[in-house]
Amino acid sequence: MADDVIIGLEVHCQLNKLKSKLFCGCSTRQQGLEPNVMTCPVCLGLPGALPVINKKAVEYAIMVGLALKCRITEHTQFYRKNYYYPDLPRGFQITQYDYPIATDGILAVDTDGEERTIRIRRVHMEEDPGRLVHQGSIETSKFVLVDYNRSGMPLIEVVTEPDLRSPKEARRFINKLRNILEYLDVFDGSLEGALRVDANVSLKGGARAEIKNISSYKGVERALLFEISRQMNMKRRGVKVVQETRHYDDERNCTVTLRTKEQAEEYRYYPEPDLVPLSVKGWEPGVRAGLPELPDAKRERFKAQYGVSDNHARVMTAEIRVANYYERVAEKCEPRLAATWVADCLKGELNYRDMDIKDAFPPEKMIYILGQLGTGVITDKGAVEVIRALLNREMGDPKDIILAKNLAKVETDITKVAVAQVLMENEIAIRDLRAGKIQAFNFLVGKVMEKTNGRADPAEVNLLLRELLECT
Amino acid sequence: MYEESVHKTFDRIKRSKLNAFITLTEQEAVRNARAVDEGRVAGKLAGMTVAVKDCITTRGVATTCGSRILSGYVPPFDAEVVARLKREGAAIVGKSNMDEFAMGTSTESSYYGPTRNPYDLSRVPGGSSGGSGAAVAGLECRMALGTDTGGSVRCPASFCGIVGIKPTYGLVSRYGVIAYANSLEQVGPMARNVSDAALLLDVIAGHDPKDSTSVGEADGVCYSDHLVEDVKGLTIGVPREYFGEGTDKRVEDAVWNAIMRLNKLGADYREISLPHTKYALSAYYIIAMCEASSNLARFDGLRYGLRTGRDENWHTTFSRIRAEGFGEEVKRRIMLGTYALSEGYYGRYYLKALKIRTLIKRDFEQAFKNVDVLAAPTMPFPAFKLGEHMDDPLSMYMADVDTVPINLAGVPSISVPCGFAGQLPIGIQFIGGLFGEPKIIRTAYTFELNTDFQRLPEGF
Repeated sequence: MADDVIIGLEVHCQLNKLKSKLFCGCSTRQQGLEPNVMTCPVCLGLPGALPVINKKAVEYAIMVGLALKCRITEHTQFYRKNYYYPDLPRGFQITQYDYPIATDGILAVDTDGEERTIRIRRVHMEEDPGRLVHQGSIETSKFVLVDYNRSGMPLIEVVTEPDLRSPKEARRFINKLRNILEYLDVFDGSLEGALRVDANVSLKGGARAEIKNISSYKGVERALLFEISRQMNMKRRGVKVVQETRHYDDERNCTVTLRTKEQAEEYRYYPEPDLVPLSVKGWEPGVRAGLPELPDAKRERFKAQYGVSDNHARVMTAEIRVANYYERVAEKCEPRLAATWVADCLKGELNYRDMDIKDAFPPEKMIYILGQLGTGVITDKGAVEVIRALLNREMGDPKDIILAKNLAKVETDITKVAVAQVLMENEIAIRDLRAGKIQAFNFLVGKVMEKTNGRADPAEVNLLLRELLECT
Repeated sequence: MYEESVHKTFDRIKRSKLNAFITLTEQEAVRNARAVDEGRVAGKLAGMTVAVKDCITTRGVATTCGSRILSGYVPPFDAEVVARLKREGAAIVGKSNMDEFAMGTSTESSYYGPTRNPYDLSRVPGGSSGGSGAAVAGLECRMALGTDTGGSVRCPASFCGIVGIKPTYGLVSRYGVIAYANSLEQVGPMARNVSDAALLLDVIAGHDPKDSTSVGEADGVCYSDHLVEDVKGLTIGVPREYFGEGTDKRVEDAVWNAIMRLNKLGADYREISLPHTKYALSAYYIIAMCEASSNLARFDGLRYGLRTGRDENWHTTFSRIRAEGFGEEVKRRIMLGTYALSEGYYGRYYLKALKIRTLIKRDFEQAFKNVDVLAAPTMPFPAFKLGEHMDDPLSMYMADVDTVPINLAGVPSISVPCGFAGQLPIGIQFIGGLFGEPKIIRTAYTFELNTDFQRLPEGF
């Protein structure tokens, strides 16, 4: 597949870490609220209300531009994109067209060990429209409700060159982009609707389809896989792929025609007269100085500061939340041990459950578990059990889990009693052992483990047996 | 004492044949006057009756823009200029009539019926702020706010024999002004004399952070301080392009007489040229229509305003509401603007118009290197008959020939009465450089003090 697939992405991310919307003072905290409560004359587009640019949003967009190694413009301008839709209260969207805030960047994506550089064409700012709410499904709903809480939410759109070669690569790109935005602390990708993707897909030499409305991380790969196989099937049957815009239906996992080239939208872009061109000349150094440590730098620091392996450092710095989690644990535990448990065990268990680390358990609990492990209260196997039980929400307190699951190692004297008993009950085995049958030793260890219900520490059993056998 | 005068004003309005208002706010005005009388409210405009053009948003008071599509719309917020009026204690008497969405030169396109000229009821008051102009001239308020996109304050000022100022673009906040053409329009004061106009400008001018196009350059300037009788050493430029074909001889004479009068009072004058004037009208209408086509897209009946019939699917419903809610002229401008912004035409029309705009700006910059103010007719002819231009939109557009270049350049202009054609007033406009309000106010004030063209209409 890889060679003749051409993919370009337009990724829309809500700058949901901003306090207020793009052009008014309404809060960006609109998730889970009653409909239409987080609105004002500006984001409702009431006649006479005027937009005023949120300077912090411009700063955030510049941060994103810099993190993607873009050129930052000196003068930026907003445009009106004119179209009718009920979720668009002014009948136009305020977006950027000519003079976007940032252009010509790159983002390196790791695909199966090979690092590929994806060119970023532009990064621009725009406002989110409101949200249409259907009763039941879009087909059966008798009416449409509109919720303008989302109207005016600040978005950035990151547009790539058609440099991506596979759906998997596209997913990796989006994950990496998300990670960088979260590093910059401008974006929380875990909120619903925070990320939406349009994808341009074609087979080499064929016409391109634009797929709209991909709104989940997994959806990107699925939508692209579907669309590519659709185009390949057409090619195989000798049917010509036409240039068109297609809609991705997440529930049915397919793409359907939205409009063809002949019905192409006419947006009548023109400069927004209510917002004067904005000079951001001289902003760049200040914003650059305020940039946080980005993944690559953090990876190098982890290796140097904590002595962890490159692989562990890479796994732990991919997501800022994992990196921060690790650092909290490493403060209190041996850093390399902490790395093994965070990068291998915890991250692995999270991936297995498709869970985000923020939905896991706090680092304090990990510190406790590693503490119990260090003082020999639980075994490695016990620690894994505790972690799993926490992630499965069986119980909340590691101490309770250790108790309830009987994970604490058996006391030494209980092991001693068990060993003595086994030696008394198995004279034949002892004789065999003394006669040189090494396997008999393992048999005895097994018997002790049996007696302690497997809770004895095998190493300790081993030691005790040797001691006692030498005496007798 | 204010209360009594407010009552008298409303008696007059209710007996009036002018149809200057769409909505009256009698209770609020009376309450305000009483509060002033009782010393509970003070301010620069305390107790003064002010009319507000109906495209300026007023909290809790219907705001229609003269359009059916906004019938029933009651805004939840005040325009910045209205907030400033209230802060200074003004008694707002109501919302004045206007051409639908300020698109017109006669106030005939209002859904709420035409306004009539107090000097001749068979004639138009000018537009689009015709309700404001007629109300001020007809003593139905002391002063009024209008908006001027291509002459909409100065035209009715000229036709109704009063004073109107189109301020420098950015001097007055547009927050709460329902946009027709954002890059051109400004709120402007209208009054029976220059002093009142300057006072009203003092109240409404000044930077507003809610309007990104508003500026603070002239903050702190007191326009009333420039009510000075002195034009000695002042150089007046007379742009010859403003006396072209189509200009009524009586208007031309009245304007020249005014210039000669100022010359006698110590001002110099010289003829100058603003060479790109002939392109101004086309450029103006393209820019205004393009912006209007986008500005008016929000009126779909979904959230406010007109909602007729049964709801069907979205496209059918909003198309029907727009078809029923907008008048002819508005539809014409939306369609032309939509066309001109479309792919393939954008460069040919909109971009070209912007280039002409730049050339016109330069014309003015060049002129103001050598002169202090410009003097020209406000309108090429006096008030015309109702219905005279209604069937010929182009001839109506032509009436704006002397006012639109000023909006394209963003410079200020004041129109004051300078004579009569029969009983119909004639206006002269004094145009200043950017933020040149003090100079044009001084010129107009000096002219007003030394002439006698402020006459009440017969029977008033």
